[in-house]
Amino acid sequence: MRHVWRSWSGRIGAVLVGGVVLAALVSLAWTPYDPKKVDPGDRWQPISWDHWFGTDGGGKDLFTQVLVGSRTTLLVAGVSVLIAAVIGITLGVLSAISPRWVGEGLAHVIDVLIALPTLILALVLVAALKGSVWTVSLAVGIGFGVVLARVVRGEVARVLTNDYILAAGASGSSTWRTVWRHILPNIAPTVIVQLSLFAGLAVLAEAALSYLGLTPVGTPSWGRMLEGLQQSVTVHPGAVVFPGLAVVLATLGFNLLGDGLREAVDPQLRGRSATASPTFTSVVNIGTDGGGGP
Amino acid sequence: MTLLRVDQLTVEIGANRVVDDVSFAVDRGQRLGIIGESGSGKTLSALSIVGLEPDGTRVSGSVVFDGVELRGRSDRELAAIRGERIAMVFQNPLRALNPVMRIGRQISEPLRIHNGLSRADAAAAALEWCRKVALPDPERTVNAYPHQLSGGQRQRVGIAIALACGPALLIADEPTTALDVTVQADVLALLDALIAEQGTALVFITHDIALVSEVARSIVVMREGRIVEHGATDDLVRQPRHEYTAELVAAARRTSWGDTPSDEVPA
Repeated sequence: MRHVWRSWSGRIGAVLVGGVVLAALVSLAWTPYDPKKVDPGDRWQPISWDHWFGTDGGGKDLFTQVLVGSRTTLLVAGVSVLIAAVIGITLGVLSAISPRWVGEGLAHVIDVLIALPTLILALVLVAALKGSVWTVSLAVGIGFGVVLARVVRGEVARVLTNDYILAAGASGSSTWRTVWRHILPNIAPTVIVQLSLFAGLAVLAEAALSYLGLTPVGTPSWGRMLEGLQQSVTVHPGAVVFPGLAVVLATLGFNLLGDGLREAVDPQLRGRSATASPTFTSVVNIGTDGGGGP
Repeated sequence: MTLLRVDQLTVEIGANRVVDDVSFAVDRGQRLGIIGESGSGKTLSALSIVGLEPDGTRVSGSVVFDGVELRGRSDRELAAIRGERIAMVFQNPLRALNPVMRIGRQISEPLRIHNGLSRADAAAAALEWCRKVALPDPERTVNAYPHQLSGGQRQRVGIAIALACGPALLIADEPTTALDVTVQADVLALLDALIAEQGTALVFITHDIALVSEVARSIVVMREGRIVEHGATDDLVRQPRHEYTAELVAAARRTSWGDTPSDEVPA
């Protein structure tokens, strides 16, 4: 963490992510207005001391909405990253250490799943289960998990070529002990960087999926806010600025934090671009998800 | 008194016969040198003894260790022997150590696997081994990472890991090749002293006949996967029967042994 602070990207990223966490924490204890309170007398108020970010068409305070929405953002980011980590590490490690035909079979399954757009997966899950932030988290988590699985498979394959893996075997270490003691600690830097980048993309994905209405009505979410405000955007263009800015800054924050983390662990990743290319793939993947999103 | 008997060991990778009909034996506490150029199948032979040959290789023949056939055993049964009864030291001491694990943990790892040592006992044993292999400042070294040590120090760690459980047989695969010449002698002397103390048998794999003649009493010469000559070190160096051995001896005379007369080879 000390090393993250050394780079500008790490510093700015940590501040932005810290800001979102702070907003979520503050919203639990205090908000300027009741987030659900509709006040017809206060419709479409501009920025003022009473309403820092203005109000929407129902007279709801936008600053309050943004504060409360950060909870959903963090929840989806956290849960989807957790799901992605479990799926990605399990599938990736299994496919790399299994006998060749099992491993390559798994790798092909992973490739097929990567090709499946997260949006389609989310729609299927919402249809099968029910629209909620958990369903959205699950869809995003699975989408990222298979991307991570491919990265992990490559990283494990690289680690396996090292003599210390052979030496562990020569010391009588069982396969699972070797995975736990030697393989996972050596792929951890790459996985951590990857997950922080996923968190940024998860913010974007949640906003996009909420915007498309995949979370239930009334969910406090930046994507939902944008969807509501978008209908009057030609008349009240100023209202979309702050929720939009929140999405951008949160995404930027996680991405910069990921960059900072990468720079912090770089001495050990010298001369390899393993963390760079998968990020690109996942950006492309989400890009198609977002569709006409914010 | 035979500890290890390798009989007609053959290793094939695809259609390629990398090790061809190799047989040798090592008595309890004895030392055998296996010498040959790189690619002559020495390392694969050694790995096949403990069942660590890479995927996609076919191994046939027999490996009897302490009266028990090892080939065809399950991985679990072999894992119980590896590190406990048969241990290995590897060529490149940096690559053979986990870069993100502290030295003390790496040394005590075989003890924790085989003897079920508690964390505290394992830490104490690791510290003790750091002293035994003469690592500088043992209290600090146990908490260091491999990149903080020099090449010679890393190989001392490798030796400590291998000997931690007091194995009956140590297979050393080019243990000094990656080290500076001055450090080589120290590490070799340390290895020599420790296995003499523990009564450990040694299979010493190298391409350097001058080096192996200092360590081993008998030598197996391998070339292109086959054994071309096998005998006591003194005889083999004095009167090589195979022309390849003669070449190796002649080369060693020109370089390592300087201009010593042909019948007075330092042992």
